[in-house]
Amino acid sequence: MKAPSGWERLRAWFLLPAWIWMAVLFAAPFAIVIVYSLLTRGAYGGLGLPWTAENYQRLFDPLYLGIVVRSFVMAGATTMICLLLGFPLALFISRAGSRKNIYLQLVILPFWTSFLVRLYAWLFLLRDTGLINTALQHLGLIHDPLPLLYNNGAVLLGLVYGYLPFMVLPVYATLERLDPALVEAAADLGAKAWPTLLHVVLPLSAPGIRAGSILVFIPALGAYLTPDLLGGGRTVLIGNLVQNQFTNARDWPFGAALSVGLMALVGMLVLSMLRQEREGLV
Amino acid sequence: MESILELRDLVKLFPNQRAVDGISLKIPRGGFYSLLGPSGCGKTTTLRLIAGFEQPTSGEVLLDGVVVNEQKPYQRNVSTVFQNYALFPHLTAAENIAFGLKRKGQPDIERKVREALELVRLTGKELRHPAQLSGGERQRVALARSLVLQPDVLLLDEPLAALDPKLRKQMRLELKEMQRRVGITFLLVTHDQEEALSMSDQLAVMNAGAIEQVGSPQDVYLRPATRFVAGFLGAVNWIDGVGLRPEVTRISRLLPSNGARFKPATVTGSVFLGNCVHVLTRLESGEDAVAEIPRSNGAYQTGEAIHVCWNPSDEMIFP
Repeated sequence: MKAPSGWERLRAWFLLPAWIWMAVLFAAPFAIVIVYSLLTRGAYGGLGLPWTAENYQRLFDPLYLGIVVRSFVMAGATTMICLLLGFPLALFISRAGSRKNIYLQLVILPFWTSFLVRLYAWLFLLRDTGLINTALQHLGLIHDPLPLLYNNGAVLLGLVYGYLPFMVLPVYATLERLDPALVEAAADLGAKAWPTLLHVVLPLSAPGIRAGSILVFIPALGAYLTPDLLGGGRTVLIGNLVQNQFTNARDWPFGAALSVGLMALVGMLVLSMLRQEREGLV
Repeated sequence: MESILELRDLVKLFPNQRAVDGISLKIPRGGFYSLLGPSGCGKTTTLRLIAGFEQPTSGEVLLDGVVVNEQKPYQRNVSTVFQNYALFPHLTAAENIAFGLKRKGQPDIERKVREALELVRLTGKELRHPAQLSGGERQRVALARSLVLQPDVLLLDEPLAALDPKLRKQMRLELKEMQRRVGITFLLVTHDQEEALSMSDQLAVMNAGAIEQVGSPQDVYLRPATRFVAGFLGAVNWIDGVGLRPEVTRISRLLPSNGARFKPATVTGSVFLGNCVHVLTRLESGEDAVAEIPRSNGAYQTGEAIHVCWNPSDEMIFP
């Protein structure tokens, strides 16, 4: 072993802020959450002894399991819809030639303003006296306003709207790198557009689809703001349940246990996807 | 002779370039044909027009007597071996070869793939992915993938350029041998004159989007139609407007007698090439000439006064 060079020492210093950041803002809070999850709820909220694993047992209560299942279904549906909408869009942008950058900017444009503001915009569009219902009523197409808000559909719409860019960007990145000669080779060997898409383009963009799915699925699973605003408290997902435990229910230990449980589920899911990726040759 | 592929006044304009500038060619069935030219001469664009990846600005592509301008690449019975092979990286060698057969819904896919693997001597490597194959093996998969479809014409776009020089020479023989065995028309695009000369039955020399000469390797090398063809196919000494290949240019200390032409010159240097020696000379007129002579013809000293001589029948004369 040779002594660390000046360059390696410098690199260690450059990494230091990142390590401090991770320690103070990730490792420490996470340790606190784990400790909370093993304590007992105090008489007036707060925390108390003794140590217990009871909070984790409560996760398997059918009431909460139902919420977990619903959250998974919503996050899964969000991911699927984002893929169905995002893949064609990414494909279109990757073949748009000189206008590529304009289209990419348009995909990122919503990030220029706060997510909260954009969700309120949806409220104004979807509510009974909102733009869509008013317009349809004036056109005489409907008599009573359509129930566009405060249901699963509205939550799904909000989730897809919010996370679509996270699918488009990684898929675009893999499609951009796809050798155009492969598409020509497929045509040359007799493949029309659809078979080329199915047998060449889709399998080769798998890494981007995988990354995009992770980037959409995880935040959708823990989403709190969207179901709260667009679901009107009726569509409770894990995120709302956790928030509720820390506020109204004043049961910090159970809220902490829910968080740890959610994180463990997501961790297992991501690890299994990463293993698939390693085992696959793509 | 009946032609399998015919190009009629083919023109392809790009925004700032006349890539293909009115090409007419008839390519006979069952031979090894080459398009030879420097990079940017339009030979690859011509190939892409034949494959259907590009649409001609004007002119026609006829395949087996039928105009195929309106046909998509997947409808044309030609197949391309791409410069970097364009193998599907997510499929095995066997799956790559089966790809076209499956798309065309052909029967007996398994047997055909096995025979194609035998043809290119890749039996035993059918389950490898392209990343697990050597450059030469990848090229053979690309060949098998196209040949298994029995195309009217196999288009090869600089297929040897990505290989190392030793393998390249070996693959020349293999490609030629393969063409003879399968009897399919091969159309090779290359900028390497040795490659074109050694493999082709006939070749077309291209320059600046147009064809300079069509003929056998002997025709274009020994009787080039233009100065460009002469210079592109090999080294040329220009003496009084007459072209001479170095291997027919001789040097002599004495005046030659047997009807040979000659010019007095001075030796300016020599290059030892192993199998022969290149003697560099300067004529009294100021023109440089290189003579390729056998190693055994002895050494010439720089500054030595000699005569450069040649047979009149070896002269290449251009209008």
